[in-house]
Amino acid sequence: MIQSIRLEMRQSYAFVARNFNLVKRYWGWEVVWLAYSIANSLSVTFIGAGAGEITGETQIDTDFLITYLLIGTLVWRFLASIFNNISEMIAWERWEGTIEYTFMAPVRRINQMLGQTIFAIVYSFLFTVIIGVVVAAFFDLDFSDADLVSATMILLVGSVSFVGIGVVASILPLLYPERGAQMTNIVQAFFLLVSGIYYPISVLPKWLQYLAKISPATYVLEGMRAALLPGTVDAAPTSFVWPLLLMGLIMLPLGMYLFQRAERYTKRTGKLKRNG
Amino acid sequence: MIGTDTPALVVENIVKRFNVASEPWWRKLTRSKNETNGTNGLSRNVGQENGHNQNGGTNNGTPRAKRGKQIVTAVDHVSFEVERREIFGVLGPNGSGKSTLIRVLSTLLLPDEGTVTVFGLDVDKQSMQVKRLINRVSVDAAFFKKLSPKENLLYGARLYGVSGAEANIKAQEILKRLGLRENSYTEPMEEMSRGMQQKVAIARAFLTQPILLLLDEPTTGLDPRSKLEVQSFVRELRDVHDATILITTHDMYEADVLCDRIAILDDGKIVALGTPAELKQRANRNGHEPTLEDVFMQLTGKELVEKEDLSDFEPDKVLS
Repeated sequence: MIQSIRLEMRQSYAFVARNFNLVKRYWGWEVVWLAYSIANSLSVTFIGAGAGEITGETQIDTDFLITYLLIGTLVWRFLASIFNNISEMIAWERWEGTIEYTFMAPVRRINQMLGQTIFAIVYSFLFTVIIGVVVAAFFDLDFSDADLVSATMILLVGSVSFVGIGVVASILPLLYPERGAQMTNIVQAFFLLVSGIYYPISVLPKWLQYLAKISPATYVLEGMRAALLPGTVDAAPTSFVWPLLLMGLIMLPLGMYLFQRAERYTKRTGKLKRNG
Repeated sequence: MIGTDTPALVVENIVKRFNVASEPWWRKLTRSKNETNGTNGLSRNVGQENGHNQNGGTNNGTPRAKRGKQIVTAVDHVSFEVERREIFGVLGPNGSGKSTLIRVLSTLLLPDEGTVTVFGLDVDKQSMQVKRLINRVSVDAAFFKKLSPKENLLYGARLYGVSGAEANIKAQEILKRLGLRENSYTEPMEEMSRGMQQKVAIARAFLTQPILLLLDEPTTGLDPRSKLEVQSFVRELRDVHDATILITTHDMYEADVLCDRIAILDDGKIVALGTPAELKQRANRNGHEPTLEDVFMQLTGKELVEKEDLSDFEPDKVLS
């Protein structure tokens, strides 16, 4: 039993170690991506700083607006990074041509997903912290009333449901060797639009507001704002944990089930072989 | 546990078909014109080759092809058994179905018909147990090219439950034997030659000590010395570790010296099976002792004229 657990942990660790080795070898790209992400987050946050000048209003609470946008950009960086790392796990293997070797190894998909998830969460967290520290250094913000424990809990629970969505999206590169990776960007764009990253979802057209309700990012953002910006949201931060837990409980097993079905389909049709 | 009298591999009536894009209508039109005008035997061969590709007939139980596609039978009712500790060769021209067969054996493809058992375990229904017993080396040395051999090999070994420390020691031993420079071990794979990458691919498979090793053209791209080293490794795996080996190769000499038995595959079908000596006895003696290459040429000779050659062939020009 212990031997078996050890073996499975070793398999999951194989993916964690491999991915960190890839980060190390592609360090140049990582630096470029980090610089781009910092610039992107800063430019969004400066909209808050410039709101008074843009509108001509002098009564605008710019600190509040900056914090509101900062939470949006950081949470989105974190969730999008998790989504990318999970949804692209098949695409990476296709680019490198290693997919057959990974699928031929005696590894249960759950162990592969676990390894990929651990990497995605650690990597995304570190990435987001660096961006957050750099961006926050540009502004004089006060987080003394913030409920950091609830914020962390919401972020972690929310990341689980995003892992589930990432697993579902990772099926696309499995089924469509050439176009699958691009298709995952459409999924990501959908969540960016409807989840109220930089604005309250109430400003969206009614039909998009319905779609916002099925996005876990909506609840993560509202929960984070409730925790870090007291008074902005009526509900308690922890009230956003339950919908996120429910979504995670549905999305993770659903993602695994669909992935296994897709894997069987590719083995029947010979789509594993093509290295798109 | 695996019974001692269970064969290493039993392949029973395996069929694997693929839906592939069919020839565009304009090409078919120009070809049928040429076929009508053609007066020599070569035109008939084109039609015969199409027997391998079925556009959708269901009379013989073949499923109907999707629109714009045709069904290609890559492996066509193939059956054979491989005994434990046997080195079994599969020879065949390009496109004869060797790699497809190996993919079926290695759980990467599901057969449309038939069954495959590895030490009594069904490759479809008990795939996880089968995966623990096998490994494969293919002609395309697929790796994370930015990573070093060390990083790639440790990753591969961990997937099979081998610890990083153990894999590190073994990997260096194997690569040293295969003649890989010591400093290459930690350099990115993309900086290595194709032959060197192939050596790392071989090390990756040997590291996990499979009891059934599937080698798909493992020595393609290797220099003669490395080829011999790989062959010696293969024998050692069999002799010391009791492994069973299935190997495909285009090197007839290699097949002759290495294999206990050989199957020759053509158009997805086995056209001959026996020991190298038995196969050579079947070949015509054209004034010399037949070699395995003679056997191969005689059994698969029509493949010397490729389909593309035929479609480009203009009989009038050649005859005049």
